[in-house]
Amino acid sequence: MTVQEGLVLGEAVTAPKPPVRRGTRFGLGSWLLPAYTLIALVFLLIPIVYTFVFSFNNSVKWNIVWRGFTLDKWANVCDKAEVCEAFGNSLVIGVVATVCATILGTMIAIALVRYRFRFRSAISLLLFLPMATPEVVLGAGLAAEFLSAGVEKGLLTIIIAHVMFCVSFVVVTVKARVSTLDPALEEAGRDLYGSPSQVFWRITFPLLLPGIVAAALLSFALSFDDFIITNFNSGTTSTFPKYIYISAARGIPAEANVIASAVFILAIILVLVSQISSAMRRKRQARIG
Amino acid sequence: MAFSAFATGTAQEQAPRRKSKIALFLLLPGILYLALFFLVPLVSLVITSFQAPIPNGDIGEYQTAFRWENYTDAIGLYGEHILRSFLYAIAATIFALLFSYPLAYFIGVKARRWPLLQNLMLVLVIAPFFISFLLRTLAWKSILSDESVVITGLKALALMAPDAHFTGTPAAVIFGLTYNFIPFMTLPLYSTLERLDTRLLEAGGDLYSRPSMTFFTVTVPLSMSGIVSGVLLTFIPAAGDYINASRDFLGGTGTAMMGNVIESNFLVTLNYPAAASLSIILMAVILVMVTAYVKRSGTEDLL
Repeated sequence: MTVQEGLVLGEAVTAPKPPVRRGTRFGLGSWLLPAYTLIALVFLLIPIVYTFVFSFNNSVKWNIVWRGFTLDKWANVCDKAEVCEAFGNSLVIGVVATVCATILGTMIAIALVRYRFRFRSAISLLLFLPMATPEVVLGAGLAAEFLSAGVEKGLLTIIIAHVMFCVSFVVVTVKARVSTLDPALEEAGRDLYGSPSQVFWRITFPLLLPGIVAAALLSFALSFDDFIITNFNSGTTSTFPKYIYISAARGIPAEANVIASAVFILAIILVLVSQISSAMRRKRQARIG
Repeated sequence: MAFSAFATGTAQEQAPRRKSKIALFLLLPGILYLALFFLVPLVSLVITSFQAPIPNGDIGEYQTAFRWENYTDAIGLYGEHILRSFLYAIAATIFALLFSYPLAYFIGVKARRWPLLQNLMLVLVIAPFFISFLLRTLAWKSILSDESVVITGLKALALMAPDAHFTGTPAAVIFGLTYNFIPFMTLPLYSTLERLDTRLLEAGGDLYSRPSMTFFTVTVPLSMSGIVSGVLLTFIPAAGDYINASRDFLGGTGTAMMGNVIESNFLVTLNYPAAASLSIILMAVILVMVTAYVKRSGTEDLL
């Protein structure tokens, strides 16, 4: 996932849904549009299906020609040590960067909604700009800074870069959640002699949790699939996307398809589970209220 | 909209507090982080872009100077790449808009009666995000290679010249950019179209407007903020992308974009000033185009 992908996803997560209006019908060909939509969606899925199918290819070195079905690559992913090492690095970077970005971003989001302070618009601009800057520029800029500061590139510099571009997305996502929070609940906690930390951990944090989880998942997805910024700041350290970029010239092993497919399946399951659970929550609320 | 996520002054009215110390404590770490790793890098990019080589120095050794020629050299040497980046990005943005509008219209307006189907279709639209960007681009490379069913089929039907190629051509790069950035276009369009009041379209019909006229005089202007967001979200990453245009992916010998030359100057030939001045040019042109576009489309409250 690239930086701008996160912006779009953040939008999808935070956009409020208007009430459904029924019984609207009007022209433009009653079957043309559904047919187009079906074709368009199939078109979007073609490369995913291709990647998935070729993870079962009994390929020897180049995973381009179909040589028969095998489960071997799924069973022995780590036979290709470089793939697994790159994948492991990506996981470590993703987890550390996600934790840091989520903490920093959540703090900013709470401050933006709950407190008045000077330079608000300057701070908003500072949060917005990283999302509107092309990744090459972000990557090259950070690399230029590391170069002039004499910092050795490696795991740490990749993590620093990833936290930088994840923070803004955490802010957008969590901010939407904070603004739906009723401050009266926290006041009630204070009235009942809760200390500030008790009020935060027992009331504010649990209520913000869905937003924080969504932000963390988004950060992880952004970090895991980032290539451009990573490429400028990784030195010799390998990540999963970087491994694919480097081996693109000599052919990608099927093991890479296995990892990408597994991650894809996991992500789709997470999305579906969150969709279903929020639909159920809405239903429950509708029944209560 | 996505780009107005940071709009100030809206809905901030709840419970203004006096404890500015807490606000400072909450803001400071994150803001310092962004200052240190976003603003300072931009500044060091500007400084690097004016650097001059150290006399008798090694490759990759530069000293602080005020060498304006870095910019004129970059434009002279890479003018073609700069032009190509923006042409490809504009083409991909237009194709993505044409592809996405009907799709977003169906999901956002026609499918309103079936929320479950609507959600399923949205998941399908963002599904490409969850498979590696590089692998999905490589998948297209194989699917559209010279030996592939698609290309041999087109040649057999005489829709393509027998000795023509698809991968490695500008068309392939624009195709790849379009494909990879379609969800950026579809989602913002969807989120405005979903809020479209369909009674206005009925009103158009009641006033004897043809469907096409209703579409251009009612639907399109009402979805303008989605169009602007989608165009920006597609155009910015497309102009800076260097995966699609890379020779190992969908590009060929004559398709390198600005991203490709920034990468090779920075990471391969260690010509940091050239890479930095190209980055600054890219960023400046994007800022100018985006500002002009937003002004013209009349959605100035985006920032």
